[in-house]
Amino acid sequence: MRGFLTFIAAIAVVALGYWAYHQNIQTQQAIREINRLQHAIGAERERLGVLRAEWAYLNRPDRLRELVELNFERLGLAPMVPAQFANIDEIIWRPETPIGQLEDIQFSASQPLPAPQEVSP
Amino acid sequence: MTRRIALRPLARILEARQKGENPDVIEQENLRLRHEQERDKMRNRAESRLLMLAICFFAAFLTVGLKMSTLAASEPEEPTSAISASPIVSTRSDIVDREGRVLATNMVTNALYVHPHELIDPAAAAAGLAAIFDDLDEETLLRRFSSGSRFMWIRGSISPEQTQEVHDLGEPGLLFGPREMRLYPNGALASHILGGARYGEQAVNAAEILGVAGVEAQFDAALRDPDNTDAALELSLDLTVQAATEEVLAGGMALMNARGAASVLMNLHTGEIISMASLPDFDPNARPRPLVEGDQADSPLFNRAVQGVYELGSTFKIFTAAQALEEGLVNPSTMIDTRGPLRMAGFSISDFHDYGASNSVTDVIVHSSNIGTARMAQMIGGERQREFLRSLGLMDPTGIELIERDAGRPLYPSRWGDLSTMTISYGHGLSVSPLHLATAYSSLLNGGTQVVPTILRRDEPQLGPRVVTEEVSAQARAMLRAVVTDGTASYAEVEGYAVGGKTGSADIPNPQGGYYEDRVMATFASVFPAHDPQYVLVVTLDEPSIVMLGETRRTAGWTAVPVAAEIIRRAAPLLGLRPEYVDPESGYELSSASQ
Repeated sequence: MRGFLTFIAAIAVVALGYWAYHQNIQTQQAIREINRLQHAIGAERERLGVLRAEWAYLNRPDRLRELVELNFERLGLAPMVPAQFANIDEIIWRPETPIGQLEDIQFSASQPLPAPQEVSP
Repeated sequence: MTRRIALRPLARILEARQKGENPDVIEQENLRLRHEQERDKMRNRAESRLLMLAICFFAAFLTVGLKMSTLAASEPEEPTSAISASPIVSTRSDIVDREGRVLATNMVTNALYVHPHELIDPAAAAAGLAAIFDDLDEETLLRRFSSGSRFMWIRGSISPEQTQEVHDLGEPGLLFGPREMRLYPNGALASHILGGARYGEQAVNAAEILGVAGVEAQFDAALRDPDNTDAALELSLDLTVQAATEEVLAGGMALMNARGAASVLMNLHTGEIISMASLPDFDPNARPRPLVEGDQADSPLFNRAVQGVYELGSTFKIFTAAQALEEGLVNPSTMIDTRGPLRMAGFSISDFHDYGASNSVTDVIVHSSNIGTARMAQMIGGERQREFLRSLGLMDPTGIELIERDAGRPLYPSRWGDLSTMTISYGHGLSVSPLHLATAYSSLLNGGTQVVPTILRRDEPQLGPRVVTEEVSAQARAMLRAVVTDGTASYAEVEGYAVGGKTGSADIPNPQGGYYEDRVMATFASVFPAHDPQYVLVVTLDEPSIVMLGETRRTAGWTAVPVAAEIIRRAAPLLGLRPEYVDPESGYELSSASQ
C-alpha cells in the first residue's frame, strides 16, 4: 500500500512538473504572440498615420483649387455663393416622380410621416 | 530481508533442558541477536536517508547556482507579464480643425548618420551624398570623414526617395535612425496659428519634437503627453473658411498694393476663431529663421492679427457711441455739435469733410465724424472711458491660446489726459491688435456680454460679465448697419447677409515723430448678419493704395471694405449661414423701434 502511494506521488510530481512546464511554455508563446501582434498593430497604425497624412496632403485646398481650375471645362466648379441656398419647394424633383405623390412628402416633424409604400414610386 | 529470529526455538530449549542448562540464556542470547539485527537495519535506513537528503540539497544548490550564473551571463530584460493595451506609435498628437480635418500630423522618416570608420570608400560616399543633397559639399564631407571622429549626423530627417538613394550607394558606414517628422499637409495654411516644430534632444533611434510657436508651443506639454496620443487637439478653425479667407485676402492685398494684411473671423457668441490670417505667411514645414536685424514686423513669421498692435482709427468710434448710449448721455437721435475744427491743448481735431453744424449720434458714426465722437468722449470723461475699454478687453493682452499673445500688449498713453481721451475716442493714441478689435466688437455686439477669444473648439456661448445692455448692443448694430447702407462702407453690402461695420483709416505713425502723410492702416470691422449677429470679421490692410475712378485711394472704404465683403461672400455660405433677403425697410425695424 505504501509503495503504491509513493508511486502515485511520484507520478503526480512528474505530471505536475510537466503541467507547470507546459503552462510556462504556453505563457511564453502567448507573450511572444502578443508582442508580434503589438508590432503588427504598431506597423498598421503607422501605415494608417501615413495614409491619413497622405489623404490630408492630397486634399489640401491648394491642390483642390488647382484641380478645379484644370477641370473647369468638364466640371465647372466655382466657389459656393449665397444664391445657392434654396427653399425645399424650389427643388426640381426627378421627372419620373408623379406630381401627385410630391404632396405626400412631409418635412415637418409635427405631422406623422406617410408610410413608406406611399412615398416610394 | 533477514529472517526474524525466534526467541525460544523449541528444539534448542528441549535440548538444553535435557542437558540441565537454563533455557533463559538461550532466550537472552536470541534477544541480543535480534536487537543487533534491528540496529543494523535502522542504521542502513538512516544512512540512505542522509544520502538522499544530500542529493536533494546538492540538486537544489546546483539549480540555484546555475540560475545565478545564467542571470549573470545574460542581458537584463524587463518582465513582460503586463503588456500595455496600445503601443505608442506617434509621440505627438495630431492637430485637427473643427470638422476633424488634419492640420498637423506625424510622419515616419529617417535620420541619416555616418560611422566614418566603417566607410569602405569615403571619397565615393562623399561624392554620392553631395549628389543626393544639394546643400552638402563633397570636399567638406570628405574632410569631416577623415577627421577621426567615429560618429556624425548628416541629416535630421530625409524623404523616402532620399532614403532609397542613400541605400543605393551601398555604403555600410551610412546608417539610418528612425525619425518622426511633424507634417503640415496644408502647407502655409493657418501657418501663424499652427506655428511649427523642431527637433529637441536627439538620439540615434529617436528624437523629441518641440513646438516653437503658435498652438504647437502653447500646447506643447499636452501634445507630447503619451496619454493624449489618440486624442487630437481640436481647434476652432474651419479649414475651408480659412483657405477661402487666405485666398481672398492674398488677392486683395496684391490688388491694393498693401505691405501686409490680416483678418480675424470670430463667432461672437462662443469667442471661437473660425479663421485668422496674417500675410505674408510662411510654410511651417520649412519654418524660416527669425530676422536677425531690422523690424521683426516685416518677417513672415510675424502674426499681424495677434502680435501686431496698430492704431485702428475710426473703428473705435462705435465704442464711444455705445458707452454714451449705455450711460444714458445720449440716444441714437441726439444731436451732437460737429462744428470744426475742435481745438484742444494746441491740437486741432477736424473731419474728412464738413458734415454741418450738428448731426445725430447715428450720423456721427455713419459719416465717421471725429469731432462728434470727441464731443461724446468729453461728455464721458477719460476715467470712465478707460474702464469701458478695459471691460471690452482693449487694455490687456487677449486671452487667446497662442504663445504670441503677450507680444500683442495694447499700447496706451501713461497719462490719460483730456486730449488722449478725445483722440482715443476715434482710435488714435491706443494701439491694439486686430484680434483685440474683433474681441471688443464681439463683446459689444453679441448682446453685450464679454467674450474671450479662443482657438479651441467649444459648443456653448460664453456668457461673460455684461458690458452693455442688450438694447445698446442692438442700437450699436443698427448704427453699424447704417454705415454700410448709407455711409463710408457701402461696398460691404453683401446681398442676404445684412453686413454692418465700421471703417477705420488711421495714418501710420512715423518713427521719427508725427504721422506719415500717405501711409494708412485701413481697417474694416464688421458684424453679420446685423439683425441676428453670428460672426465678427476684422480686415486690416497695411499701407494699401489703389487707383480707382482716377484717384489714388487709400481709405478703408475703398480698400479694406471690398476685401472684407468678398471674404463674407465666400465664407458665409461655407459656414452654413443662410442668406435672408429682407427689404431694407423691414431690416431697419430694430433701429426705428429703439429710437
